[in-house]
Amino acid sequence: MGRHVVVIGGGTAGMEAAGRLAREGVSVTLVEKGNELGGHLRDWYHLFPNRRSSDEVLEYLRGLVSHQNILLMKGRKVTGFSRKGDEFAVSVENGETINADAVLLATGFDLFRSERKEEYGYGIYDNVISSADLEAMFRKNELKLVNGNKPERIGFLHCVGSRDEKAGNIYCSKLCCVTAVKQAIEVRKVLPSCKVFCFYMDMRMGGALYEELYKEAQEKYSVSFIRGKVSEVAVNIQNRLVAKVEDTLVGRPLKMELDILVLMAGMEMSEDGIRLADEAKLKRGENRFFQPADHHFGTNMGNIKGVFYAGTCTAPLNITETISHARGAVMEIVNYLNQEK
Amino acid sequence: MEKFGFSLSKARVINYDANDRGIVRYIIEREPSLKLCIECGCCTATCTTGNFTDFSLREIHILLKRGENEQVREKIRKCMLCGKCILVCPRGVNTRNVISVAKQAFRKTEGYEL
Repeated sequence: MGRHVVVIGGGTAGMEAAGRLAREGVSVTLVEKGNELGGHLRDWYHLFPNRRSSDEVLEYLRGLVSHQNILLMKGRKVTGFSRKGDEFAVSVENGETINADAVLLATGFDLFRSERKEEYGYGIYDNVISSADLEAMFRKNELKLVNGNKPERIGFLHCVGSRDEKAGNIYCSKLCCVTAVKQAIEVRKVLPSCKVFCFYMDMRMGGALYEELYKEAQEKYSVSFIRGKVSEVAVNIQNRLVAKVEDTLVGRPLKMELDILVLMAGMEMSEDGIRLADEAKLKRGENRFFQPADHHFGTNMGNIKGVFYAGTCTAPLNITETISHARGAVMEIVNYLNQEK
Repeated sequence: MEKFGFSLSKARVINYDANDRGIVRYIIEREPSLKLCIECGCCTATCTTGNFTDFSLREIHILLKRGENEQVREKIRKCMLCGKCILVCPRGVNTRNVISVAKQAFRKTEGYEL
């Protein structure tokens, strides 16, 4: 068997895996549907838990993929792949077929489309924005209302599209809590006079330095936390947003005016990933992400020999976990190529 | 006038924008650890007063933060300032001092009698 791997998806997982495979002497074709590598990382401003610029991570990943063993194919979508004997035939848009000894799926996630929770008014009220929109504002250094005014009060609504059967997702996206805390701090740094509130069901701060960040948000940045999920958003006669929530720790309903409401959109299996999975008959879990061969020992593999997974196409993961997961995939692929030889 | 037995119910909703949070600002200036409360309820669980009456220090913290001052004004009179709550707080809030400073704050407003 040869040593050629097709990596599908040029985000964090795909770039990390491609770079590491190349360094193991494997020849890699990295296919990215967009015109730029970097995936969602390109839309983000700072990363939790230490608020490092996402550009730094992008720079590291770009350095990793500029390797002689990597052939980049940008602006090309993979339309499907099939196994023929020991080899895979990966078809790319406009008819080309690439042969591969193994395929690595790093197709990532889609952000939950916040307009699906109509009661929050995304796409209806100007100043209801998503967490990704806020990152774009930070990147442009333009944290303001649509009318150009400075916001005096910003709310963050956790669990938009996560832990919500009505949205079809019962799982926790697990990164939104800490993202809200990080963004709340960023807001306070940019606009120290702006009051910030987080509306949460549970604060799920289960990651290295997350709880510390939460404490810092309370102590140093005076961010207020209200336990309860906003049920609906309206605007009043002054055209200011009004959020309705139960303050579950008081046990009474609460209403509050806000200038901006940020919806902490969850993570979903990408539509392209679903399409590829279903065409290739790869198993998916109830949460629609790729189903691993084993939840403890086999998260980089699925039900087809020679097909591997890396990153958020398997579950919501942060950047640290995505990079580790991609490295795990590299080890599995190298083992596979050596054994099959 | 004829009475028909109808009455108006007072809204239970916390009207955050109508409430005055002067008291909690006064407390946080003097006891900033109040900001660190995560509403775990350890203080209430260990509180002697809380075990015999409906006094809840956790509830008092949150009512102060929402500006529901009138309820707090009455409730905090039950605290005996023993300080067991400080020992159990996982976030290091100086809970007893919160009550002391709150009493001070209310004393500065009209109508408070110890």
